[in-house]
Amino acid sequence: MRTRTLIRLAVLASVAGFATAAVAASADDYKAAAAKADAAIKQAHALKNEWTTTGAAMKAAKAAADAGKFDEAVKHAQEAEALANGSIAQAKEQEKLWPDAVVR
Amino acid sequence: MLRKLLIALAMVAGAAQPLLAAEGASDPKAEFKAFRSYFTNRFPKLALDDFVNGPYSMDEGLRKQWKAIDEFPPYDFAIDKGKAMFATPFKNGKTYGDCFPNKGIGVRQNYPQFDAKSGQVITLDVALNRCREANGEQPFDYTKDDMAALTAYMAFTSRGKPMDITIPDDPRALAAYTKGKEYFYTRRGQLNFSCASCHVQNPGNHIRTEVLAPALGIMNAMPIYRSAWGGMGTTSRRLRTCNSQVRGVPLPGESEEYRDVEYYLSYMANGLPISGPGTRP
Repeated sequence: MRTRTLIRLAVLASVAGFATAAVAASADDYKAAAAKADAAIKQAHALKNEWTTTGAAMKAAKAAADAGKFDEAVKHAQEAEALANGSIAQAKEQEKLWPDAVVR
Repeated sequence: MLRKLLIALAMVAGAAQPLLAAEGASDPKAEFKAFRSYFTNRFPKLALDDFVNGPYSMDEGLRKQWKAIDEFPPYDFAIDKGKAMFATPFKNGKTYGDCFPNKGIGVRQNYPQFDAKSGQVITLDVALNRCREANGEQPFDYTKDDMAALTAYMAFTSRGKPMDITIPDDPRALAAYTKGKEYFYTRRGQLNFSCASCHVQNPGNHIRTEVLAPALGIMNAMPIYRSAWGGMGTTSRRLRTCNSQVRGVPLPGESEEYRDVEYYLSYMANGLPISGPGTRP
């Protein structure tokens, strides 16, 4: 009975450990996330429609990566990418919508 | 014969259509009329010339504060500094006055102008820096105090003169006007605001503690002493701040978009008096 419980606990611990190892981000994960964010930021820059929050998120990502906190760094880089994509979508949408707001 | 005539008419109509599209279908005269009517209908009790006083035309309490502040105007130092700068010769002996009609006195109401040579809109700030560079001097930063002082002095010499902006018969001038209009009505920043969101749709309303100014005549008070800054600011500084306030990355001072939006708004303010330099909360 006691052995079976121990086995179960060991299995649970190993699964938990494996799971933790599986989600822990590496420097390469950060580099990949940062590259995707940079590409989106470049596109937003070309459209002259960047958001201040995008830059702040990228700054936070770099600071976390410099401190070796890659989980955090990836999270911030993904946030920056999402914000940059938001500004790109806004610019493209507004190209069509702005005339609707003109006083006539 | 009739058939040939119809074909010829269809060809002319077909050729004319892309031209209109290329111009963004802007009709400055009609848009001027609509813009003016929008504001006068919305604020029927307000004297037309009072729109240039921005938030003070919208809020009685603020107006009283402004009258008290204007007994000792905070922009006076900038006018004095600008006047001295304006009169001081460059190293080559020439002055700013040599670059402008009427020696630069009482000309602010004619800026921005469309410059046929460069195909660009030239604001007063850009004209001043062009003057400096033509005379071997370094250009000033478009967002800093030296430029604010020079434009404050020039605006002061034009006080009361009606804004007088022309759009010459040049498709590039109309394109610049249209781009300015596009910039004005385009939403930007994470907060998804356009210039018009505040200054057309919500003049007189509060955004946090600020009373929003009407877009009509908004350029006539430039440059401004802004209490929030504790100092003077140029048109570029004000536009950059607007961008930041909606969480958008500002453009460089006097970038094409800023010059074009100033052109558009100044044309909309034609006939309204120059009130700059102004004070703002």
